[in-house]
Amino acid sequence: MDFERREAPYVRAGTSVAAMMHKVLLALAPAAAAHVWYFGPGLLFNILVAVVFCTGAEAAVQRLRGREARAALGDYSAVVTAVLLALALPSLTPWWVTASGSLVAIVVAKHLYGGLGYNVFNPAMAGYVAILIAFPREMALWPAPSMGDIDYVRPNVLQTLWYTLSGQLPADLGFDAISRATPLDLMKTGLADMRTVAEIRAEPLMGDFGGRGWEWIGNFVAIGGFYLLVTRVIRWHIPVGVGIGLLGPATVLYLLDPGSHASPGFHLFTGATLLCAFFIATDPVSAATSTTGRLVYGIGIGILIYAIRHWGAYADGVAFAVLFMNMLVPLIDRYTIPHIVGHEKRSTPESNEAAP
Amino acid sequence: MTAPTYDLGTLHGGLRLDANKDSATASELAVMPVPKQIVLPLEQHAGDPADPLVGIGEHVLRGQMIAAGTGALSAPVHASTSGRVVAVEPWPIARRRGEPGPCIVIESDGEDRAATGREGAIDYGALEQDELIALLLEGGIVGLGGAAFPTAQKLSQARSVPIDMLILNGVECEPWISCDDMLMRERAARVVGGAQILLSALAVEHCHIAVESDKPVALEQLADALGAAGDNRLTLKQVPTIYPSGAEDQLVQLVTNREVPTGGLPTDAGCIVQNVGTAAAVYDWVHLREPLISRVTTVTGPGVKRPMNVVTRLGTTVADLVAYTGGYTDRARILVVGGSMTGRSMSTDRVPVVKASNCILVLDEPAARGPVLPCIRCGECAEVCPIQLLPQQLLWYANADDESRLREYGLTDCIECGCCDLVCPSHIPLTSTFRFAKGRILELEDEKARAERARRRFEARRDRLGREAQARTRELKEQKARAKSLSKDAIADIVRRKRGAPEDDR
Ligand code: SF4
Ligand code: SF4
Repeated sequence: MDFERREAPYVRAGTSVAAMMHKVLLALAPAAAAHVWYFGPGLLFNILVAVVFCTGAEAAVQRLRGREARAALGDYSAVVTAVLLALALPSLTPWWVTASGSLVAIVVAKHLYGGLGYNVFNPAMAGYVAILIAFPREMALWPAPSMGDIDYVRPNVLQTLWYTLSGQLPADLGFDAISRATPLDLMKTGLADMRTVAEIRAEPLMGDFGGRGWEWIGNFVAIGGFYLLVTRVIRWHIPVGVGIGLLGPATVLYLLDPGSHASPGFHLFTGATLLCAFFIATDPVSAATSTTGRLVYGIGIGILIYAIRHWGAYADGVAFAVLFMNMLVPLIDRYTIPHIVGHEKRSTPESNEAAP
Repeated sequence: MTAPTYDLGTLHGGLRLDANKDSATASELAVMPVPKQIVLPLEQHAGDPADPLVGIGEHVLRGQMIAAGTGALSAPVHASTSGRVVAVEPWPIARRRGEPGPCIVIESDGEDRAATGREGAIDYGALEQDELIALLLEGGIVGLGGAAFPTAQKLSQARSVPIDMLILNGVECEPWISCDDMLMRERAARVVGGAQILLSALAVEHCHIAVESDKPVALEQLADALGAAGDNRLTLKQVPTIYPSGAEDQLVQLVTNREVPTGGLPTDAGCIVQNVGTAAAVYDWVHLREPLISRVTTVTGPGVKRPMNVVTRLGTTVADLVAYTGGYTDRARILVVGGSMTGRSMSTDRVPVVKASNCILVLDEPAARGPVLPCIRCGECAEVCPIQLLPQQLLWYANADDESRLREYGLTDCIECGCCDLVCPSHIPLTSTFRFAKGRILELEDEKARAERARRRFEARRDRLGREAQARTRELKEQKARAKSLSKDAIADIVRRKRGAPEDDR
């Protein structure tokens, strides 16, 4: 009897990129639900716009590159990029802003570098930074979290949809009525006004840790993150690295001078810290390679987030921190090659090259 | 009594795989009757092929040496039954994945008569080490774990360096394979006896018999056999069930916590590793005077009707063996000799069972695993690599054919265990890529060596030509100097002679 020849190994673990992406999307669901709960249904429209433009761009580029569009969409990486981008946006965002971010993410950050697996920069963050620079006014409008404030007017579904489509609010709703500064903005401007942290924290927007609403979304992001850890879609190195990098300086400076430095708890639960630690920085393609490398990469991101928040021009520094560390990845990789079993221990690639 | 798991070294990565062994270990060892035709390849071991000692038409006896080892690394082949040599010709062999290699074909006479002159066990204690090793060479014993390295040469090599430990490998970490397990269950005393002989041949005082924790019956039987032997040089060691703990270097690392240096052998870490099946074969040869003419082979997989372990005469074709166990199911698609992680896939079942054939695994069509995507650098592969390589980087440099980076990232240290391949979510065939790239590197090395030889030849020629040219100039100068001191007539004479001289051949 004759047989067909194959190559070993003849078994597979049954994992796939698509399955990983499905898990990531599933893990994002609680955070998205919390986001809608606190900031209204805008997120859903943003996700819709981002998914349409990201997958559309992915399909179009694949077609242009002469490849099967369906195969590329089948890995769901474009959908994940879209959802991450949408989660980073204010819930009230006009569609063209979201669309521009999506196109930059997929066309420029992903495919100009060669597509899935080759992109140097995290696509969602590249898209986010592009629109942050191009549409600073639209990106500054965060609605207040719904926490039962009496004077708070919440745009309903139709009003939100109308804003998403037109960029206009109904005549009876003013921006001042619905939007609030984010806790990070408050902290930044407050500190600049020489107020103390304790005074700033007395603001109604501030919750127990990272601002009302925000800290709860943070909790749900963390739940999703732990799910990814348990199902081994991500490993602990990057989240822990981000934690160390951010909380290390935050704790030291807070202990030295609590009057002008926000507490580590604030930094952990506010802004996009947890989203970054579990979902953004853990994008494998643009992260460092080895486990040590990933720890270093995470720590770098954490430190940069703190530095930008505290000394930089922007209230949150997640996107810039991630993009900056993306650029350092080749360097990190070069210096964190693991010890190969059976080889002499080595410290730097130079010493390794010196010995033929 | 169970063996304690103590002071073990650690292994990076590795996988917990579905063992799939229960179906074949459910029944006792079966002994397959001698088939009509026996096909014995001359290449059953690492090294040079054996040299046939018999011609067509000759009658041979069971255990008779029919091909002798040649060169420094080789092993003889013995007839596995009595009968007539009908051909010495190319036949599909497992070493070449079903492509033909030289074989001796014997037609059994059905009598299975043993060769004479080998009565009575050998008192190996009375032999010098060299004599004992020579005896093992004569028995055609090679490593039965799969690599088929001639045992005598391995022992000789180990004697040339200081070693302090013999490790008997009963780990059998590959899924599906259970031949060593069954051997240890049913023939534990022979394994222990073989280990004692090997200790004598090596003049070493410690032997660890390493067995995976998922083989409780084998552990129990070995513990009993050890108790009966009462030899305190031997200890039983239970190792965790994790693939690839049974790979030679990894086992050394686990048992002794010593790393085998890159490009080195276990002996560089003071150890020699022998398979438990090899030890039993040594026992059979020294005590029962039967050379290596049969082995336990696992027949298993969804493609065979009745999975089992069979004591098989070497030279039995896989087709005959599978037919003996009950035949193929209609799901049989892929024929693998070895396990599902590192086994070789064959083009035909006409290949005979040889010394290295631990398992005949017949698989069905694997489920479609989805398209091969680009590497997303998820790092799963690096997480499981027992050598702690970065397969994703190796893949990158293999595709770029960047030899120096491949070396730097340790391609040549890859043991082709398949772990990385198995877990890759992008379904990239990493292991075969590395196998190919390794071949490329060796090829390049060859090319380099050839180029180096050519360069040396060229330089030698250039130097020679240079020296000759110098000699000529010197001669010319001398001639001129001489000419100055000569008369005009003499000069004219010389000129005439030069002109008349035949053309220089240069
Ligand atoms: S497992 Fe596959 S996709 Fe992941 S890093 Fe390794 S080669 Fe790349
Ligand atoms: S096949 Fe090679 S690279 Fe892959 S896990 Fe095994 S040793 Fe590591």
